[in-house]
Amino acid sequence: MMRKQQTFSRGLSDKVRKSKAAPEIQKNPFEVKINRKKFDVLGRKSKHDVGLPGVSRSRAIQKRKDTLLKEFRLKDKNNTFIDRRFGEYDSKLTPEEKILQRFTLERQRTQDRKDMYNLNEEEELTHYGQSLAEMEKMTDVIDSDSDSEEKGLLSAELTATHFGGGGGLLRKKSAGDDEEEEHKPRSRQELIEELIIKSKQEKRERQTQKEEAQELTEKLDQEWKSIQNLLAHKTPKAERTDETDKPKLDQYDMMVRELGFEMKAQPSEKLKSAEELAREERQRLQTLEADRLKRMMGDAEEDAVQTNTHISADDMNDGFILDGDDRKTLAYKDGKWNIEGEEEEKEDEDDDEEGEDDDEDDADEDHCDLQSDEGSEDEDGQGAEEEQVCAEEPPAVSEEQKKAAQEAAKAELPYTFPAPESYSDLKQLLQGHGSEQQRLILDRTLKCNHPSLSAGNKAKLQKLFGFLLEYVGDLATQNPPDLRTVSALIPQICGLCQMFPEAACKAVQTLLSDSGHSMEETLEVKGRAPMPDLDMLVLLKITALLFPSSDFRHPVTTPAFLFLSQALTRCAVVSLEDVCKGLVLCCLALEYVSLSQRIFPELLNFLLGLLHLTVSDKHNMGYTVVSPFRRQGKSCDLLVLKDPNVSHSWNRKPISLQTAHRLPAQSPVERDHYRLSLIDSCLDLVKRCTWLYKDLPSYAHIFQPIRALLLKHLPVEGYPAPIQDLHREILDAIPEKPSQHAPLVFKKKKPIPLKLFTPKIVQILDYGKKRGNTKEEKERERLKHKYKREFKGALREIRKDTRFLAREKLSDVMSRDAERKRKVKELYGSLATQEGEWKALKRKNRK
Amino acid sequence: MASSTDSNVKGENSQVSYKKYINTKTDRVLQSKKHANDIFDVIEYLQSEKDKEVIFATNACSKVFCQLFYRGDLYVGDLPEEEDLVNGDRSAEEKYRIFMRHRYSNCVELLLENIGHKAFQVKETSLCALMKFVAAEGKHPLQNLDEHYNFPRELLQTLVEHLLSEKEDMSLLISRFQEFLEMDDVRYYVMSSVRDNIYRVMGRNKKAVIPVYQNNVFTLLSTINVPSEASKMRHFLVRQDCKFEHKRAFEQMWLVFLKFKLPSNMYKKILVILHESIMPQMSDPTLLIDFLSAAYDIGGAISLLSLNGLFILIHKHNLDYPDFYKKLYSLLDPSIFHVKYRARFFHLVNIFLSSTHLPAYLVAAFVKRFARLSLTAPPTSLLILLPFICNLIRRHPSCRVLIHRPSTAEEPCDDPYVMEEEDPAQCHALESSLWEIKTLQKHYHPDVAKAAMKINEPLTEQEDDISELLELSTFELMERELKAERKTIPLEFDTATELLKSSREVLGVHFSLE
Repeated sequence: MMRKQQTFSRGLSDKVRKSKAAPEIQKNPFEVKINRKKFDVLGRKSKHDVGLPGVSRSRAIQKRKDTLLKEFRLKDKNNTFIDRRFGEYDSKLTPEEKILQRFTLERQRTQDRKDMYNLNEEEELTHYGQSLAEMEKMTDVIDSDSDSEEKGLLSAELTATHFGGGGGLLRKKSAGDDEEEEHKPRSRQELIEELIIKSKQEKRERQTQKEEAQELTEKLDQEWKSIQNLLAHKTPKAERTDETDKPKLDQYDMMVRELGFEMKAQPSEKLKSAEELAREERQRLQTLEADRLKRMMGDAEEDAVQTNTHISADDMNDGFILDGDDRKTLAYKDGKWNIEGEEEEKEDEDDDEEGEDDDEDDADEDHCDLQSDEGSEDEDGQGAEEEQVCAEEPPAVSEEQKKAAQEAAKAELPYTFPAPESYSDLKQLLQGHGSEQQRLILDRTLKCNHPSLSAGNKAKLQKLFGFLLEYVGDLATQNPPDLRTVSALIPQICGLCQMFPEAACKAVQTLLSDSGHSMEETLEVKGRAPMPDLDMLVLLKITALLFPSSDFRHPVTTPAFLFLSQALTRCAVVSLEDVCKGLVLCCLALEYVSLSQRIFPELLNFLLGLLHLTVSDKHNMGYTVVSPFRRQGKSCDLLVLKDPNVSHSWNRKPISLQTAHRLPAQSPVERDHYRLSLIDSCLDLVKRCTWLYKDLPSYAHIFQPIRALLLKHLPVEGYPAPIQDLHREILDAIPEKPSQHAPLVFKKKKPIPLKLFTPKIVQILDYGKKRGNTKEEKERERLKHKYKREFKGALREIRKDTRFLAREKLSDVMSRDAERKRKVKELYGSLATQEGEWKALKRKNRK
Repeated sequence: MASSTDSNVKGENSQVSYKKYINTKTDRVLQSKKHANDIFDVIEYLQSEKDKEVIFATNACSKVFCQLFYRGDLYVGDLPEEEDLVNGDRSAEEKYRIFMRHRYSNCVELLLENIGHKAFQVKETSLCALMKFVAAEGKHPLQNLDEHYNFPRELLQTLVEHLLSEKEDMSLLISRFQEFLEMDDVRYYVMSSVRDNIYRVMGRNKKAVIPVYQNNVFTLLSTINVPSEASKMRHFLVRQDCKFEHKRAFEQMWLVFLKFKLPSNMYKKILVILHESIMPQMSDPTLLIDFLSAAYDIGGAISLLSLNGLFILIHKHNLDYPDFYKKLYSLLDPSIFHVKYRARFFHLVNIFLSSTHLPAYLVAAFVKRFARLSLTAPPTSLLILLPFICNLIRRHPSCRVLIHRPSTAEEPCDDPYVMEEEDPAQCHALESSLWEIKTLQKHYHPDVAKAAMKINEPLTEQEDDISELLELSTFELMERELKAERKTIPLEFDTATELLKSSREVLGVHFSLE
């Protein structure tokens, strides 16, 4: 109510001013109040310069009288229900009598109102107060648009009235019309009869017409149904029922409505050819690459909001993600990707649990994955019965025996796995299986527990990522390290990481920070720390696989960089294993910076230190080695060959990562071969570094110590030819004299423009006080202001309301008092007259 | 002795019995002079093989002899030979005293031997017993020498001699001994006896390095703290009135110690505490200049550490050190970023180079050298170094040409700076540019790259505060990175299929899984 009055009062003055009903009031200087303006603002229209207080007050009072006063009067008053049925409160009547009486009354009423022209029916039968006849008609099909019998009846009536006089004639109600009509003059009777016959005939005709129309519509319906399938996809179920059941009206209606509301068929995306797919993929990779470059430059550091998950055209945004590993990956150059893709597809075939999927089409693969997913869902419901699943597996179409054997091995594995709740669960799940089987188990676990299948799965899989990393760490530290399995599990780890980047980030961060912390502690206690174990090396490698190391700043790779730096500067190199681990670290460091071409001083220091280990004569050096290496001391000639003749029997082959864990006991010759391999790798890394950094301004200065070492101290004569070649290449790559550079100057700054006196244009949202700068703040201020005004207005209205009510109450009391006074006066008056009369009588008697 | 071997045989059950045995013996000795010979049995226990027995016997001995001191039952004066005792015509009382005095010296000898015992508890109790004897002797002097000068110096000297073993690391016992050094007279005499001891031992060893001995000496020396005012000296083991020249003794002790050649890690240890606990307590710290310049000439970390002491001498004691900056300049080599005392070094270098009166060529030489060295520095050092270089350029606007040389812009030239030149005046640093910092703009750590980017534009007036960066460790940097809130986590978009297979594989080229 308040609100209503508020709007009313606001519009009031306008209305008054605008209303032409009372021009004399508007002109009356006693009625008009003029609001004086302090300042005249150009271009501002004021609504409130002239007011008519008297009028608005009277309107407000009127309004209150209409609303508030009424409510006030009706306050605390309840209506009562009075039953006015016959004899309801009469206790003398027995219920039977009561009912009888009521019935007769009812009958009388209906009899009285009987339509005199109603020939066919004497009285209406009802059920629940509704006419039975009416109800019958309702159920009795059609007639929606055609005339009914009433119409015919009405027309008869009309004709009768048209002829006039029929009213009195037909007033008497009777069963036999004919007898009465006999008394009438002939012509008229005949006429009437004729009329009746005519009308009946018409009626019959209409009936037949109607039937025909109905037949036609039914036929049409039938035909419609036959072509309906062509127009829209409907469930076959509905069709079948339609065929069997007799078509009914409401069903038809329903269908019409359905058709009306049904969504228009939308064009689906056409199937893409392989070329198109490839082009799209390339485009996607190009955008991703561009984004990566942006992050590398550090420009988009803050505002990089980017989703790396691939969204397919068929994605329904329901969080359902197909397994990532069936996607082709593309390299940068054309032609190369094809080979990779094929290889991967082969792998996919191997991996695929169906085993018979030869299709290369992505869509088909997706489809089969979907099916397998459904299957696993069903199995969940059934409680994972192995035999059944085995039976379901289609016969293998293996060409080779090996494949068949694999299939047999796979057949032994259950198809569903619960998501491991703890690390020991995972270990139990995976232990004792081959690496391929472990991958399969993990793959199935992921599929069974896909986040789209159940609400809790997401958390479970997020935890699983941490467990997996732990497991991988365990695999890498066990003796001997099981790196094949680690490698086999990589796709699953990648997939999980793509699904939950945050969780993956947290897990890797925790491991890095724990490891870094323990290293820091040992450093503080002992001064030197041992080289990180193989599990950390593997984790760092996996980090490089999962996260982009080229980013300017990245929550995972930046700490990983720092870890590498710490390991390369603080970890003591006391054995050949340490040298190997150090080389692995160097490889990783180089991988980390290979794309971004960032400088990694620790890497170069470490490589220099490693090369220093090959020098037997540690005097007259033209370079300085830094921590963790020392110029002289024990374990400073780890890489010095013991036997100079071994170089002939050495040939280049990759070093086993397992030797980083523990070097098997070897003969001196084998150890020397191992040393040569390490030196070879080290030199190759140096070569890669020279490629990487050759554009830096201080290229020559960075490589000067390495050059000095290689040129004067490396015992290159004793090395095999490939290493000597490498040595020469590096020396060629490093110039003796530093290259020339332009002296540094500051970046040219954009000149500061002169101050100009153009007006600053600010958008004004609302007049009045301006606070806040941004649009949101202004809006907030505006709303605040508005609220304040509304609040004040409401208060004012409430006050007026109470004042009004008080006035009303007072006037009530006053009128009541006046009434009482008047009555008292009246009484006094009558008493006085009585007294007067009595006295007069007395006087009379006395006289 | 027989009974003691018996008790050894009996094993654990005899534990109580040897206690009882020793107790009864001591009681008998103290009760009457007739049973004086029982003291032999107690003293024999000091050589027992069981640590517990030795400890118990030590305590018993200290109790007996302290009691005897109190009673005055020990002979005072020059001790006659024990063989002469039979012949001499002395009273029984005197004989008894001389006998007891001999047993006392036997006991002291054994206790001193026990200082070098294997078990620490034995060492400790022996030390305590000896210190009790020192106190008792101080109260009841055994020699009638000076009236007011009756501190048992001989005993203390022999004790110190045993403490400063040449073969064994005594640091634990020395830290126990520290509590006695609270007492001013003990401290004073210990200081003087240490001084004599060092002279003797080092002279004997022909001034060669004796790491264990010097380590012990250092441990003892570093525990000694001289009160700043003589009036505060109130704790005495033996009641005395005389004043000691503590500062002098302290100074002489250290100077003697530092006079001889020291092992290199000892240099570091001394230099670390030198400016805080040694120099302020010396009456004339300038005497340390020999030691400090020797240390400064050694090179490496030791030179870095000696800077601190030198700085105090130059700054507060008006010492003139020729070619200080030249030497400082020659100190800069790649190892400064990897030593433990990096923070201290940068703090000092910051102070040395804070003067705005230094010539521009000198500052430029330092800046250029730091920049060149920064090519090998780890990120923690770079985060100090880069703001430091910027600060130097801010302080010396004439060095701005290092990062801004507009006159010859666009004209490539060789770097005129000569890294090998020892003299900052000759190295042509002022004609060079800081291309090294330009290189570091490509550093892998984002903060370092950002700090290096600052030279692209005119530097701000305000100097960067490097004091809080000094103690930064790699792990702290890492934690800082880990704690930062990130909105998005970009992922590698090339999905990996194998461990050693990625688009930029280096590891897989050199290593195989098997």
